[in-house]
Amino acid sequence: MSIYDSIEEAAKELYIRALKDIPADVRAALDRGLRAEQQSGNTTAEQVLFTIIENIKVADEQDTLVCQDTGLPVFRVRIGTALNVDGAEIESRLRIGCERATREYPLRSNTVHPLTRKPTHTNTGQGIPAVKLGFARGTDEIEIVMAPKGSGSENMSFLKMLNPADGRKGIKRFVVECVFESGARPCPPVILGVGLGGTSDVAMQLAKEASCFREIGSSNPDPDAAQLEAELLDLVNRTGLGPQGLGGATTALAVHVEWAHTHISHNPVAVNIQCWRGERARAVISADGGIRYGAS
Amino acid sequence: MAHHKLETPLTEDAVRALRLEDTVSITGIIFGIRDATQIRIFDQGIAPPCDLSGGVCLHTAPGVRKLADGRYEKLSIGTTTSTRMDRFTEPLMEQYGVRAIVGKGGLLAGSVRAMQRLGGVYLAITGGAAALETLQIEEITDVWWEDLMPECLWRFRVRDFGPLIVAIDAHGNSLFDRVKAEAAARIREFSFD
Ligand code: SF4
Repeated sequence: MSIYDSIEEAAKELYIRALKDIPADVRAALDRGLRAEQQSGNTTAEQVLFTIIENIKVADEQDTLVCQDTGLPVFRVRIGTALNVDGAEIESRLRIGCERATREYPLRSNTVHPLTRKPTHTNTGQGIPAVKLGFARGTDEIEIVMAPKGSGSENMSFLKMLNPADGRKGIKRFVVECVFESGARPCPPVILGVGLGGTSDVAMQLAKEASCFREIGSSNPDPDAAQLEAELLDLVNRTGLGPQGLGGATTALAVHVEWAHTHISHNPVAVNIQCWRGERARAVISADGGIRYGAS
Repeated sequence: MAHHKLETPLTEDAVRALRLEDTVSITGIIFGIRDATQIRIFDQGIAPPCDLSGGVCLHTAPGVRKLADGRYEKLSIGTTTSTRMDRFTEPLMEQYGVRAIVGKGGLLAGSVRAMQRLGGVYLAITGGAAALETLQIEEITDVWWEDLMPECLWRFRVRDFGPLIVAIDAHGNSLFDRVKAEAAARIREFSFD
């Protein structure tokens, strides 16, 4: 297969895999949540987490979708700089892969025109799939990570250009308010993505990277950001909103912060939420067109 | 917190016996409805072509495949957020005798009062747990208003559908409201330092 055929094949396969197979780090976090609720004697929260874990098992056994929302396809692609490839062709093959997954599996299509609400029936359209292109110096491989972003959690997206004087405290307050405001709608326990700094669009993109593409258990390499992650996780879980907003100690499975430098008079904070399913799937394409699926 | 195994149609007594945070599983018939279904019933004034009294309504737009004989095979049936459809709850109960709504995210104060007055409950399903839900729906027995696909009026036969959590009871209590009020009080105490 040519490298482009492999990209198309991987895009199709990743869309379906992401909807069926919950990543190991998310499963482990749900198990920890279940134990925490058991220990705290929160019967309702325990019941909800138990059902979530049971549901993941059923999806494994029946080889079926975990949740009915097939989402909007989002890809993060890292192209090795030692490869000589056509970026436009890569984008077009990712799109075709999504269309094939939708038609061949078949997956429910969600894409509509924002004004006419006319459906495209393909899970693709203008600007969709969302493709975040990046580069990895020195390798001759292409890494593709796919996240089908569900509407319940994506609808809970927030951006605020705080004042620099609001500082860290203002950031923490805003994030907690967003979680409170979202309540049960993003299917908690959530993975909370926070993007700090940059311009407004950069902050939103960082929040998406944080919610959808970071592994649970990872911390931001910057000690200040890592500290903020820990403090926010503690605060969010102390709200007691709990799984599905029905009360409990596990409102978030993780809080991930990503940041960029910003203007001296900016303090942008973006929040993007991923639901408990934390769906993502990864493949690496080698120069000869070989595809390796899996977390690492 | 008791567990109740209920069979449809539900009686007012069975519904009034449920307490907040009790769990419920349902065997029998449930109806699938969504925004467009209820817009047809209430905004366009077209009565549903089936008997909903004592009924259980699930907020869903199922993923299905149409078979050669015109019947539908279930692919992935999940639950959508109920809050959007809040305004239909009271008339569903009052005009058509619906006794339970199954959904995610909860309903607002007007529906809580209506459930108290008319004898209804809101049963929270675990949002996103469609694999399990699809398994527990044994069969799609009927579908009306196919032009609204997938937001038609669906009739499902279910066995041990659940566990569902009583999140709004027939006595004016909402678990969502209680949890939110408690969370708001805790947040007021946060220093954010
Ligand atoms: S919020 Fe996520 S888990 Fe919940 S229904 Fe939507 S996609 Fe599924």
